[in-house]
Amino acid sequence: MSALLSVTDAHVAYGKVEAVRSVALEVGEREIVTIVGANGAGKTTLLSAIMGILPLKGRVNFAGQDLARLDIEDRVAMGLGLVPEHRELFVTMNVEDNLELGAFRIERSRARASIERIYTLFPRLKERRKQLAGTLSGGEQQMLAMGRALMGEPKLLMLDEPSLGLAPIIVADIFRIVTELKASGVSVLLVEQNAQAALKIADQAYVMELGEFVLSGRASDIAANERVAASYLGFEHEGASAI
Amino acid sequence: MNTTIMLFLLQDGITNGAIYALLGLALVLVFAVTRVILIPQGEFVTYGALTYASLASGQMPGTAKLALAMGIGACAFELFVARKALHGRLILRSVLANIVLPAIVLTLTIYFAAQKPPVAVCIALSLAIVAMIGLYLYRIAFQPLAHTSVLVLLIASVGVHLAMQGLGLLFFGAEGQRGPAVLSGAFTAGSLRFTGQSITVYGITVAFIVGLWLFFGLTLYGKALRATAVNRLGARLAGIRTTLSGQIAFLLASVIGALSGIMIVPITTLYYDSGFLIGLKGFVAAIIGGLVSYPLTAVAALFVGIVEAFSSFYASNYKEVIVFMLLIPVLLLRSLAAPAVEEEKD
Repeated sequence: MSALLSVTDAHVAYGKVEAVRSVALEVGEREIVTIVGANGAGKTTLLSAIMGILPLKGRVNFAGQDLARLDIEDRVAMGLGLVPEHRELFVTMNVEDNLELGAFRIERSRARASIERIYTLFPRLKERRKQLAGTLSGGEQQMLAMGRALMGEPKLLMLDEPSLGLAPIIVADIFRIVTELKASGVSVLLVEQNAQAALKIADQAYVMELGEFVLSGRASDIAANERVAASYLGFEHEGASAI
Repeated sequence: MNTTIMLFLLQDGITNGAIYALLGLALVLVFAVTRVILIPQGEFVTYGALTYASLASGQMPGTAKLALAMGIGACAFELFVARKALHGRLILRSVLANIVLPAIVLTLTIYFAAQKPPVAVCIALSLAIVAMIGLYLYRIAFQPLAHTSVLVLLIASVGVHLAMQGLGLLFFGAEGQRGPAVLSGAFTAGSLRFTGQSITVYGITVAFIVGLWLFFGLTLYGKALRATAVNRLGARLAGIRTTLSGQIAFLLASVIGALSGIMIVPITTLYYDSGFLIGLKGFVAAIIGGLVSYPLTAVAALFVGIVEAFSSFYASNYKEVIVFMLLIPVLLLRSLAAPAVEEEKD
């Protein structure tokens, strides 16, 4: 089976500093893939580069097409969605407008149906549909950010630290929804510091350390690997000889 | 002072203020969406006014040719940027929007200019010409700089203003022009006399403000424009092109500018460089609104108009000075109220 997203030999640099070095990654259809690793390992940088926010050296293929010449908006139209770490909501607009704009590229009649689907997925958003996005709680904002991305009908949704700063009960809710997404046919690329929770729901996993992948494999195997604990806490430096 | 004079001055101030309000709103809009401080807004006013006046007196305005020339430039830019992924539909669309459209308008202008067209035709042609200039201007001068700092955009904006003013002198000459009233006739209420023109000014201003409000509140494109203003990255992640928002903003700004010019030119003689000062007063209002608040800008614009009317009565030599002095306390208060804000990065 050819992968939905395949990244080969990717390098991302901020000026002269290489934040991501020769990374290779695959996400298949209906698959949850997680990248775990410590703060500053380069996970967010990698997602931003896959989305086209940062320039990437290397190859990125999505749904059978090379993304090199496509900008963010084209990638969105192709079915690549990103929920960024800082959510980037339209804070002075209400929940419903935020959702509606998520479907900017989608036919109007289909967008109206999607809104209802998002409201069943996140009933909290329906209660707050006329409230300004900036006045929502952190968990609700995360739900709205996910909802907005889903409105664009992505084939692959990339989630950057969805659990960051949220109460455990909401985190559990969000992880449950991620598994529901998989069931409905959306692939998910999940970046998390909360590795335990991420590995539990993922099919495949990559462990990232100082800009490189040091381990990869089935999520259950990675979860059983004792080096992982050391790796995502970030005080292990023999990375390359790991496997 | 007696009440009659005061009422006259108020009326005069509100008429001017209404126009400054439109211009101020356009400035806020363009800044919010593109981070460009639109100094050439005044040139849209002059171009609109003088194109209208020239057409009404049966002369051929040079702006129609400028629109075609800029359209060719915009088309070249567009095709160059897309050179690695060119396909038939893209080329066709670009040629239609950037070359065929202004060519049609130019043909119509040449045809009508020869026969002193009716007012409605003059207005439609002037609006079309200036709207296209605004759109192509964004494509040529600002879209390639879209990712740079506010300062770079401001410098580009000053450059565009100077270039457009020079072209204005070339097209319209150094002589002032006046155009026919959009709506003739007048009526009196008490001691006040309302001309058809001032009624037009009020009506169009109110209609435009309501129209903008509906556009931003109810339509998808209006919301997309607001979204770009609130969060550029968020908008891009939702698939909203920053360039599309920028084009809509410039289109609206140029139409608003041209319309203001068409409303002013029957009241006041306008010269090729008059637009700058008019635009600056809209800018004063926009600054009082902090370059973010639409309602505050509209109210401030009326205030600027009224202050201008009163100062031209009492100290006409100093009227501009007094209006621009309004900025000093406002900026002082604003800088005290809010600490320095770092420039947005994206």
